[in-house]
Amino acid sequence: MIIVLAFVIGGLYAAAVYMMLRRSLVKLIFGLILLGHASNLLIFTAGRLVRSRPPIVPENALVPVEPFADPVPQALILTAIVIGFGVQAFAIVLLKRAYQVVGTDDLDQLKSTDS
Amino acid sequence: MPIRLLLTLPILIPLATAAAMLMAWRVRRLQRAINVAGSTGLLAAAVALFLRVHSDGILAVQMGDWPAPFGITFVADLFSAVMVVLTGLMGLAVSVYSTGSIDVRREAFGYYPLLHILLMGVCGAFLTGDVFNLFVWFEAMLIASFVLMTLGGERAQLEGAVKYVTMNLFSSAIFLAATGLLYGIVGTLNMADAAQQLDAADNPGLITTIALLFLVSFGIKAAVFPLFFWLPASYHTPPVAVTALFSGLLTKVGVYAGVRFLTLIFVQESEFTLKLTLVVAGFTMVTGVLGAAVQTEFRRLLSFHIVSQIGYALMGLGLFTPLALAGSVYFLFHVSVAKSALFLVSGVVYKLRGTYDLKKLGGLMQPAPGLSALFLISAFSLAGIPPLAGFWAKFALVRAGLESAQYGIVAAALGVSILTLFSMTKIWAEVFWKPGDESAQEDVSSFAVPGVEARPHSIRRRMLAPIVLLTAITIILGVAADPFFAIAQRAADQLLDRGQYIRAVLGGGM
Amino acid sequence: MRSLILSTAVRFLLPLILLFSVFLVLRGHNEPGGGFIGGLVASTAFALYALAYDVTQARKTLRASPHSLVAAGLLTALLSGLLPLAAGRPFLTGLWIKREIPVLGKAGTPLLFDAGVYLVVLGVMLMIIFSLAEEPKGERKAKR
Repeated sequence: MIIVLAFVIGGLYAAAVYMMLRRSLVKLIFGLILLGHASNLLIFTAGRLVRSRPPIVPENALVPVEPFADPVPQALILTAIVIGFGVQAFAIVLLKRAYQVVGTDDLDQLKSTDS
Repeated sequence: MPIRLLLTLPILIPLATAAAMLMAWRVRRLQRAINVAGSTGLLAAAVALFLRVHSDGILAVQMGDWPAPFGITFVADLFSAVMVVLTGLMGLAVSVYSTGSIDVRREAFGYYPLLHILLMGVCGAFLTGDVFNLFVWFEAMLIASFVLMTLGGERAQLEGAVKYVTMNLFSSAIFLAATGLLYGIVGTLNMADAAQQLDAADNPGLITTIALLFLVSFGIKAAVFPLFFWLPASYHTPPVAVTALFSGLLTKVGVYAGVRFLTLIFVQESEFTLKLTLVVAGFTMVTGVLGAAVQTEFRRLLSFHIVSQIGYALMGLGLFTPLALAGSVYFLFHVSVAKSALFLVSGVVYKLRGTYDLKKLGGLMQPAPGLSALFLISAFSLAGIPPLAGFWAKFALVRAGLESAQYGIVAAALGVSILTLFSMTKIWAEVFWKPGDESAQEDVSSFAVPGVEARPHSIRRRMLAPIVLLTAITIILGVAADPFFAIAQRAADQLLDRGQYIRAVLGGGM
Repeated sequence: MRSLILSTAVRFLLPLILLFSVFLVLRGHNEPGGGFIGGLVASTAFALYALAYDVTQARKTLRASPHSLVAAGLLTALLSGLLPLAAGRPFLTGLWIKREIPVLGKAGTPLLFDAGVYLVVLGVMLMIIFSLAEEPKGERKAKR
């Protein structure tokens, strides 16, 4: 299973970078989103894949029943998804505005601030 | 004051300030008052924290009372305390300057709350002792900076922001991936605990890979050599107060994180990473200053210098001796102060003449002699002319380089200093010295902001006072360098003796 | 493109969804749920309203502006962190009321924090949704 996930992560990274290197603003957004997914999946895989229960303390108990999955990577991913969601929402608004102001979705045209 | 309060105040004050300003969304005058009060409070809290760390050593607090490797720790050693003081200083300077220079539209869209969220993120990044928490603070800081950069929605801003946002999101994704991999190896996110666990881990290849992933991520944020292109493409587009704040703090957070990780976590097998850092430092200095040489736009020229100066800060890290790290700490503080002062001067020049183009500027020497003196002091300090602050920082770095027999980097540092001096005198000659256009008198009315009710005199004062403050600090750090350099040396000693840090976090709770 | 079915249904759905979102916050104490999804669910209610009518109507139904929701949420969450600080514990330490309160069950600062998160998420989401849904009338800033 880990092997499969490793290939999926690699594929996601490759697709993300490929998309970001295109010249279109829309593909840039897709690239950024895929990049976030790839990182999240990487954390998930790096946190070990085990078959076990969710780490929730049952009623009238003090500790969850062993074996339970490590909750930390999931907490990390949840936080990262939330942050990524906010940032991507901003990026979409930004690119929409940039598209409206500049009048093109060709990244190569956005060079008036380069020297 | 109890430690738990001291360590959380630098986060709480900006957050409370921002929330209070959101409440006063429509009352702009009140917002401005809260803004200055908040940043003054932040500076006071930062100084109190610094004094406590200076007398008592490293402080640590477990957030929410969860014991150390499980909960989130806030740690302040001398280095982070110094950086927090720097944040407070920059915050105060920029927030006062903003009250005189930010236009109504930006104010109405929440400029001040964002400013304080940014300060909160920066303070959090300096104080946290947890890898993932560092990521969260980075993001808080980045989101605020994204909006600050695009606020106003001018074409150049949007174009610059596309690059800025893309590169920083890319860097965040790398950081996240590296964090995940680190967790996979050591099973902890607490920096002190991770440092201990890595000592026992035997997988040098993977560890070096993770270290490099972190360094690439911080490198993008700090704008080092091959990864700096977004900075000169975007930093000159927002209002000058924003640029000054970014130049003073954001890239420094990247350097801070790099120093923290290389001195605390990735100390095993670090020869390769340190050597790489040194090479990158050299190239960063040289490319930055060469890029600046051909620029004729005031702020873009200064932006390239940001890149160049980052090289010096990294040089200290790459040399990795006590003297070199002390030089880096001193340099980071000095360069933030001097560079922000220069950006703020460029804003005043824009108010007076209405352009940033060096070719069109000129003749400001006679009507504004005070301003030109302020510029010259910070510019000379940046170039490293004694007895200003920059000289001592560079002196320490160069001496450390000679002691470690790294002659290449020393030659680069000295050469880049000369080119910096060339660049700075070029600005000075173009803006102040060269004969300018006809309107020779400095006209106070040019400070008036359309729609802002304050009188031009008061606006002029608000824009000049922060510059005077920052310049005074540059002079003090130069003329009376001894006690301050001693602090930097103690900070460097603490950085190199990581046992102290680990004990403060893990040993004996709080 | 106003749909009669949707606009009629939304009138009944809005209170239901809001009620459900509060349920999620309260359930979040020991089971899946919490302030974040609660806020998200609540924001979908208003997003649906904006879809059925328009953004102006949705803003009117919301009454408070999204900014003040965010501010109130931040202050609430801040308060939940400050209370333990005042009680001599580190920032954000959970403090609990000894006696169980009917309906709420065990209450304490985490619940206060969740309420803050709920408000912040609701406010931020609505800021995003409203500014994306409102077509730029003249000079509308791209802002979250």
